[in-house]
Order: sequence, then C-alpha cells, then structure tokens
Amino acid sequence: MSNSRKTVTFGDPSEVKSAPLWNVASVAGLLLLWWYIKKGTEPILDDKTFPGMRETWDTFFELVHKGYRRVTLWEHTAASLTRVIKGLIYGTIIGIPVGFAMGLSRVLRGVFDPIVELLRPIPPLALLPMFIMWFGIGEASKVNMLVWASVWVMIIAARAGVLGVRGSKVHAAYSLGANKWQILRYVILPNALPDIFTGVRVALGVSWGTLVAAELTGTDTGLGSMIFVASRFFRMDIVVTGIIVIGFIGVCMDLFMRFLEARLIPWRGKG
Amino acid sequence: MKDLSMSNVDMVYELPKGGSVHALSDVSFGLEAGRLLTLLGPSGCGKTTLLNILAGFLAPTGGSVSLGGEPITGPGQDRGMVFQQGALFEWQNVAQNIAFGPKMNRKSRSSRKKIVDDLLGTVGLQGFGDKAIYELSGGMQQRVALARCLANDPEVILMDEPLGALDALTREKMQSLVLKLWKETGKTIVLVTHSVEEALFLGDQLFVMAPRPGRIEKVYNLPFAEVGLDVDPRELKASPEFIEKREELLSMIWGMEEQIMGHEEGGV
Repeated sequence: MSNSRKTVTFGDPSEVKSAPLWNVASVAGLLLLWWYIKKGTEPILDDKTFPGMRETWDTFFELVHKGYRRVTLWEHTAASLTRVIKGLIYGTIIGIPVGFAMGLSRVLRGVFDPIVELLRPIPPLALLPMFIMWFGIGEASKVNMLVWASVWVMIIAARAGVLGVRGSKVHAAYSLGANKWQILRYVILPNALPDIFTGVRVALGVSWGTLVAAELTGTDTGLGSMIFVASRFFRMDIVVTGIIVIGFIGVCMDLFMRFLEARLIPWRGKG
Repeated sequence: MKDLSMSNVDMVYELPKGGSVHALSDVSFGLEAGRLLTLLGPSGCGKTTLLNILAGFLAPTGGSVSLGGEPITGPGQDRGMVFQQGALFEWQNVAQNIAFGPKMNRKSRSSRKKIVDDLLGTVGLQGFGDKAIYELSGGMQQRVALARCLANDPEVILMDEPLGALDALTREKMQSLVLKLWKETGKTIVLVTHSVEEALFLGDQLFVMAPRPGRIEKVYNLPFAEVGLDVDPRELKASPEFIEKREELLSMIWGMEEQIMGHEEGGV
C-alpha cells in the first residue's frame, strides 16, 4: 500500500516495491494449501502421492540427525552446494571471455554464434551418457553438467553487457588517451558488470534446476541423488524435504547476490 | 599552439540497402589556434559528422584533416571531446571521472589529485569530488564532462551539443562557463549546437552549414563571445546587433528546412 498522493499508480514501477507482509502471506497461503490437501481422514492426496506437513517436518529432523542411507542432510547439501558453485565458477570463467569475444569481434561472433545457438537448447539430461563416457562416473561428469547449465547463460549475459556499452563512452575514453586494453578494463568491463551479475543469478537458478539430472548416477551424496533414490522407494516425504531445501538454498543465494549487487554495482540502471 | 584545418573533405555514407548519403561535400577551412568555432545548421547538414572527423572517430572518404600540420588519423588526447550526455562513467565518482585521462597516461596518484582539485575549482564543483555521477544534476554532470576533458590539457576541445539536454536557465549559466574556460585556457574550441542564440553568443567564428550535400554555407566572424563575460549576457542577447544577426540566421535556416521539407514531399 502506498500513502503517496499519486493518481496513477498502475504501471508506475516506483510503486511496485518489495512487500514483506505479502511475502509472509504468500508463504502462509502455500502452507494453508498444503494443509488443505492433507486435511481429514480421507485427504485429497494420500500419503503415497504427497506427504503431510507433520510427516515432512519429522523427516527433515530425521534427515538432519540420522540421514538417509547413512548420509545426513547436511552432507547431501554440502555436496550439492559444492557442485553447483564449482559449476558456476567454471561456467563463468569460460562464459565471460567467450561472451566478451562475441561482443568485441565480428569474426568471433560469427564463429561462436551457431555453436552457442545449437548447443544451448540441449537439455543436460540428454548429455549425461556422453558426459559419463568422457569424464567418468565420478565428480567431473557432474560438475561438467552444471558447467553446461551455466555457461550459455554467462556467454549471453557477457555478450549483452559488452554490446550495451554506449558509443560515446568508448569514444570519450579513446579521446582521453586510453588504449584498447584500457578501454576493455576501465570501460567495457565495468559497463558489463550489471549484465554479468544478472547472468550469474539466472545461471544459479538453472544450476539448481539441473542438479537432479547431474546427480542421477554414480554418487551417494547430493540433494539431487537423495531425491532420485528416495523417489524410487516412494519416500515422498524425503523427496519433498529435498525439494524444499533446494528451493530454500536458491532463495538464500539469490538474496546474497542481490546484497552483493547493491554493494558492488550501485550504479546499475543509472547510466 | 596548433591550427586546425580541413581541406576538400568529402564524406559519403554507403547505405546498406544501396544508394548513398553525401554527408559532407568539399569542406575546407582553417581555424587558428585559440578560436571558438560554433557549427550551426539544420539536422542532416553534417555538423556532427564534421566534428567526428575532427575527433578522429570517422575517416573522411576524401580530402585531408590536420592539427598543427599533423594529419588526423584517429582519436587522440590532443583533441578532447564533450558529449551531450551519458558519456561519463557512472561506475566512477566525480574525481575518478576527471582523473580518467591522467590515469590512462599513468600519471602519479599525487599529480592526479592535484589536477582533480584544480579542475573541480575551475568548473565550480568544489567539494563534489566523491559524489556519484548519478547523484548530480544534468548541468553538474556537464561540468564534470568539461573538467574531465580539460584534465589532459588538450589542444582542441570538441563539443557535440554539450548543453543540448539542459534546461534554459542552466544552459545560460553553462554558456558563460564555456566562455570563461575558453578565455582562461586559450584553447581552441569547436562546438556543435542547434541553438541559434548559443551559436551567436559563444561563436568567435560561426559556420552556418547546409544539407544535401552537407557543406559550409556561410562563415561569420562575431564580436559577442569576446565581450560575453564582461557584460550581462541577457543584455547582450537583447542588443539590436545580436537580434539582427539572430533573425538573419533564423531565416536562413528556416529557408533550408523548408527546402528539405519540399524535397521530401516531392520525393514521396
């Protein structure tokens, strides 16, 4: 609710601020829905289809203390977090230079464009057999799946950041005596940072979404692996717990990125 | 001190769908060091193209350009540039923006600080050094742009409608600042503008440019810039001599605009 005297608020972005009260309401609404579908002795969804709230809560503590198949929830989470972060770091390290190359050179853009556009839509799951053949059944194939998930996003974000630089800024820098390297370092890179940050946030989301596929085989640890194994034994309580933990970590990481963004690139959107 | 000169400059843009635009045709002039030249004309007369050629951002398709006898082949720090807006680096604060040129030249931190402090005073921004660019008004941002360009001590300052985005009152104040900088530094300035009044007030020399093809239609040597700081600018702009020139230029440019409109209607 706004107490301004504006007569036009619909379509005014400054009137659309975050509203913690509504955040709480929306989470409460979800919980209410969960309670409703499990209400009574003959609930809408039975326990084989969807676990109850109480049951999930107990499962969560059981997973924390005793674990599932002798691996605690904490160990599953740490394994997944490590893989996601490694994948994101490698994806960013590869993606930014490729995106920059595509934004800076006609030739390289011509070379990389078809590669990026052809490979980007391939779902990671389809690549799993090949990745296992190439990188083995161990960690490498899993991390590489997550690199795959994030690298295209990072390439496109970095390219957009480079192409978004205003010509007059580059011209001004040349007239002030900057050489090509300095233009890259002091003009193009800082100008691209907001887009790169957005890319990292999107890539994080995609990476968590790819986790189950990445941890499908060859590991006993990781939230994705836990969910997959539990689903084969119809342990829906564990599946839902895993899903909630993944969602929760995703939200925390996005909040952390937003915090970093406000600190590191306060100029975003103010050029 | 270096003179600026253009001889027989031609600029033809090839259009992607075939055909071409003759942005400049056989433009020649010499500008003595230390003069303030204003370029005035209707849209499409090639004044910004001319400025970009002087800056070295564009290479002409014919003819030659030089500064102090040295041909201009690309951008260089002997020619500073001030744009209309949006050319400051918003990821740097005011002081860092001003120090950009000296930093690119690997000047020491202490000498950069001295340059910044001096220039903040020159453009009237004392105490604003650590402000973010987006915290400043449009007029203050243009002050930063002027200071940033002066930091490298260029021979020539090229200005592409530097005051075009400012409100009328701020614009008048900034015009006086441009005159003050010109007088104090003695630098050659070439300024592109859409405003007849601004071109007259600031131009020690004024080129009226005409379109299709872009060319210099008429050259004026004017007395107003010389005295602009000593008298009240509003009074000067209300003087009969100023008004007479203003009307003369206005009717000349309106004539050109009408010709363009007629041309376009004929074409359709």
